[in-house]
Parts: sequence; C-alpha cells; structure tokens
Amino acid sequence: MTEKTFVYLNRKAPYGSVYALESLEVVLIGAAFEQNVKLIFIDDGVYQLTKGQKTDGIGMKNFSPTFSALGDYDVNQIYVDEQSLKDRGLTMDDLQALTYEDEDDDWAEKNSMHLVNREQIAELIGDADVLLNF
Amino acid sequence: MSTLHTVNKSPFERNSLDTCLTVAATDSTVLMYEDGVAGALQNTSASSAISDAMGQGVKFAVLGEDLDARGLSSDRVMDGISVVDYAGFVQLAADHDNVQSWL
Repeated sequence: MTEKTFVYLNRKAPYGSVYALESLEVVLIGAAFEQNVKLIFIDDGVYQLTKGQKTDGIGMKNFSPTFSALGDYDVNQIYVDEQSLKDRGLTMDDLQALTYEDEDDDWAEKNSMHLVNREQIAELIGDADVLLNF
Repeated sequence: MSTLHTVNKSPFERNSLDTCLTVAATDSTVLMYEDGVAGALQNTSASSAISDAMGQGVKFAVLGEDLDARGLSSDRVMDGISVVDYAGFVQLAADHDNVQSWL
C-alpha cells in the first residue's frame, strides 16, 4: 500500500461537542494502516491537549490520557498553532508533553509536540494527501 | 428586574458572549459554563470585553466543574469572576428574575 500523508485538523474544544473525541477515535483507527499521520491543533482545538483534565464533575469520560498513547501508534507529528494559544492565554507549558520512542535511534524518547505559525500550517495543509477536519 | 445570562459557547468560536455583553445590564450576572468557561481565563482576547462589562457593574461567574474538565485551573480565572459549582448555578438561577440562555 502506498503511504499517504494524512493531516487531521482539530479546531474544537473537548467535551462541549463530540468532535474532539471523534477525531481521536479516527486517528487511532487510521493508525493501524501505517500511514504518515500529522495532527494540527488550532483555534479551540488547543484545549484538547491541556494537562490535568478532571471530568468527574461533568460525568463524562476523560479522554485526554489517550493522547499520550499516540506515540506508540507512530503518530508523533503533532503541531500546535502558536497564535491560538496566545489568544487563549495559554502556553506550551499548559499542554501535555507528548513524546515517542524513535525506533531508528535506539528507541530514544523524542518530542512529538511542535509549536507552529500559520505559514507552517499552510505548508502542512498544502503537503497533505488526505485532509480530515474536526 | 435582574437577569442571569448563561453562556455555554467558547468566545473564540461563537459571538454568544459578545452579544450577551452588549445586552447584560448593571444588575445582571453572566455565568460561563461548558465551552463558555474559556472566556473566564486571564489574558485572553476576550478579557478586555469582560473587564469593561465588570466596570459597568455586570457580575460574572464560571462553573468550576467545567474548568476542571478542561484542565483550566480556577486560579487562572480573571479577578472578579466567582467560581461556582452546580449548586451555585442553581442558586444564581433562583436569585435572578429571569434566565437568558445564549445557546
């Protein structure tokens, strides 16, 4: 099977709507097909990655720990829009530090998270073979 | 007549909060919950509109359970916005004459 570049563009906050959870489900299903997968978090999508989510009070499943499993599925290209963080009073320190183990480098632990600007996001979108929006 | 305005949409995605603030009168309270809690944090692009409304005498509250779910600590909420729980939400509804939901 020819490898294609799948780009998932995430623009919605978690819990208020089902988009964020659905996106993660599709990413995990798609990961089984060994494609080149990139995730972009922009606009309210950046809230999906915040540390310390505690959902007991709202009676919904906290799916944020699942993001830390993405590295094990070779989903290790995660891009966060800088302007979206800034508009929301957030920084990368507020987000989970997602990592993966690089099999081509003696399983060294490497950072999956990349802070990007809109120009870089335009490139990521432009280089995609398949674009999925949530 | 006092009104409780409830806002459950992110101010960065919808104009619910903006429109609410143009209507909210001096003796009213704006409660942010669900995705609306994003508006309650310090140093966001929504902060100045909320500060202005506070200056006009509008009171603000935010639902703590929804902050917790989103990993947003209550100590990052703007000064002057009170963090309430579900019981506090009910109390606010009871304390005002009307509830206007900006869905």
